[in-house]
Amino acid sequence: MTREALRAAIDAALRSVAPESDPARLADDADLRETLDLDSMDFLSFVVALHRATGVDIPERDYARLATLEGAVQYLGPRVPSG
Amino acid sequence: MPTSLRKQLREPPNLADWAAARASFSWDDARRHLDGLPDGRGLNLAWEAVGRHAGSTAASRVALRWLGKRGDRRDLTYAELWRSVGRFANVLGHLGVQPGERVYTLLGRVPELYVSALGALAARAVYCPLFSAFGPEPTRQRLALGDARVLVTTPALYERKVAPYRDSLPGLRHVLLVGGDAPQRTLSWDSTMTAASDRFVVPPTQPEDFALLHFTSGTTGAPKGAMHVHDAAVMHHTTGRLVLDLRPGDVYWCTADPGWVTGTSYGILAPLTNGVTTIVDEGDLDVERWYDLLQRERVNVWYTAPTAIRMLMRSGAEPVRARDLGALRFLASVGEPLNPEAVVWSQEAFGMPFHDNWWQTETGGILIANYASMDVRPGSMGRPLPGVEAGIVRRTEAGVEVVTAPGERGELAIRAGWPSMFRGYLGQAERYAQCFADGWYLSGDLATRDADGYFWFVGRADDVIKSAGHLIGPFEVESALLEHPAVVEAGVIGKPDPLALEIVKAFVALRPGFEPSDDLARELVGFARKRLGPAVAPREIAFLPELPRTRSGKILRRLLKARELGLPEGDTSTLETGAG
Repeated sequence: MTREALRAAIDAALRSVAPESDPARLADDADLRETLDLDSMDFLSFVVALHRATGVDIPERDYARLATLEGAVQYLGPRVPSG
Repeated sequence: MPTSLRKQLREPPNLADWAAARASFSWDDARRHLDGLPDGRGLNLAWEAVGRHAGSTAASRVALRWLGKRGDRRDLTYAELWRSVGRFANVLGHLGVQPGERVYTLLGRVPELYVSALGALAARAVYCPLFSAFGPEPTRQRLALGDARVLVTTPALYERKVAPYRDSLPGLRHVLLVGGDAPQRTLSWDSTMTAASDRFVVPPTQPEDFALLHFTSGTTGAPKGAMHVHDAAVMHHTTGRLVLDLRPGDVYWCTADPGWVTGTSYGILAPLTNGVTTIVDEGDLDVERWYDLLQRERVNVWYTAPTAIRMLMRSGAEPVRARDLGALRFLASVGEPLNPEAVVWSQEAFGMPFHDNWWQTETGGILIANYASMDVRPGSMGRPLPGVEAGIVRRTEAGVEVVTAPGERGELAIRAGWPSMFRGYLGQAERYAQCFADGWYLSGDLATRDADGYFWFVGRADDVIKSAGHLIGPFEVESALLEHPAVVEAGVIGKPDPLALEIVKAFVALRPGFEPSDDLARELVGFARKRLGPAVAPREIAFLPELPRTRSGKILRRLLKARELGLPEGDTSTLETGAG
C-alpha cells in the first residue's frame, strides 16, 4: 500500500466515525481525539474501520500509536499485508 | 456463573459489618465526621474537602496528583490547593459574583477545573460542570437554563462551543480562559488569579444553601438541572468512607469525567473530604497506560465504569498479571449495571471483584452498593447504604404501593430525606414534585429485590438512554436532527450494545424530495455530532417512511425499540429486559 493509499484509508476510516470532520485539513501531528472530538467509543470504531480497510490486526496495547495521522501511517505502513 | 463471590480481605474495611452498621447508623453520627466551619459558621463543602485539611497535619499531603496528557505531572498538597481555591474565591468576589449565582466549567481534566469547582463552593456560588465533549447546542442550553454568571473554559473550547452564541446569554458576565490568549470579552485565568490574594475566609454557609447544579436528561423537554446543597458533604464523606473504603492517605483514582455527577461527587468531593490523594488523569482510556498508572502511582482504591471495564476485558487478564498491582485494595464501578461476566473477570484478573453500586444525578451520592465486607452477587447493585431505605414500588392513582414479594419487578424508590437528595430541578417545581409520592423518591429505574435484600437493575421505566454511563434524553437528539432540512420526523432509542450498554440510534423520516442513502445517513450523523458532540449524537441512523405515533401524536419510541430488538410489537412490556 502506498503512503497515499494508506492516508486515504485512514481519512475514510475517520470520516466513517466522524462524518463532520475534514481529515485533509488535519496537521500530521495533531491529536486525533482532541482535534476531531472523538470519544473512546469513536476511537474504537476508528480502529475497527482501519482493520477492515487494511487487514492489519491492531491490539489494544498499540492504540496509542494511532493517536495522530503520522503515527497511524508509520504504524500501519510496515504491517499492511502484501498482495 | 457463580451466584456469589467470596473474598479474602487483608484488613477489616471501614464498614466491617453491614447489618450491624445499618442497625446502629444515624445521620447525626455521620455528620460528626465533618468539622463544620470554624466558630459555628455552618457547613461548606469546600471547607470540608480542603480547608480543614489545609490547617491540619494533612496540610503537606498531596491532595491532587495531576497526570497530563503529554506525560507532565503536577502535585498539589492540601495546603497548596487551599491557597489556589482561596485565590479563585477572591477572583469571584472581585468579579461581583453573588452567593447562589452559577459558576460553570467547560474543561477537560485539568487542575483549574478542581480549583474552580472548590473556589466557587468556598465563595458560596453554585458550581455547575459541563462535559467538554458536549457540542455547542447542549452547552448553550445548559448555560442558558442555569443562568450562568461565570464560565471557566479554554480558548479552543470557547471558540468552538460558546463564542458563536455568546450574545444570546446576557447573564454570562465573565468568561475566564485557561491557557493561551484571552480575546475580547474574556479574561485570562492566569493573570486574574495572579492578581488575587490567596487568603480567603469562607463566609457563613448554611447546610441548606444551594451548592451544586448537575444537568440530567429526561424523556421529554429540556435537560433538568438537579440542585444540591452543602449538606451533601455528609453523604459524600460517608459513602467515600463506607462504600469506597477510603482512608486518609490512600491513593485513589476515579476515572469519571467531572463533567458529570460521578466525577464531581467522587472525583472531587468524597476523596478530598476523606483526606486521600486523588489522581486526575487528563488522558483518555488507554489499556496499557491505565494499568501502568495503577502500578506506578500505587493506587489503593479505583472507581471506574462498566464501559471502561468491558474495554479492558478485550485485552484479557495478561496485561494485569504482567504488573504489580499489589497496592490495590478495592475496585468499584458505577454508571450502568455491571454485567456478571465483568465481575467474574475482574476477580480472575485482579484477584478481587469490581463492586457495582447504584445512584443517580438526583441522589447526589451512592445509595445502594456492594461493600468490601460483603460477598458480591455478580450482576446485582448490592444493598442499601446504612441510613438509606430502598424499596420496590408500583405507581397507583393514589400514590404508590410497596412491592414486598422477592423477585417482583417494580420501580426502585428511596425514602426521601438522605443528605444529598436533590432539592429541586432549577425552575421546574412541577417536574420535581412528580419525582415523589408517599414520601418516596421515584428513581425511574426498574428493579427487583431478592430474598436477601440485594437489588437488581432491570431497565429504565422511561425512554431515557443509558450509554457509556451517561443518561441521554431522546428528545434532545430528536430536536437536533429535526433541524436538518431533510428530516421531517425523528425517533431516538437506545440500541443494546456489548460495550456501552446502549448506543444512540435514530430513526428518521425524510421530507419529500429526499431519498434514503448511506451518504445522507453519514451526513445526518455528522450534522448531529457538530451540534451535540460525540457523547450525545446518534451512532446509527435508519430511515423509515414514517414514524409510529400514538393517537395524540407522540412518537412511539417503545415500538421502535421493540422492532429493533425483534420483539413482538404488541408486547412492549418486556422491553426493559432487553436493556438490562
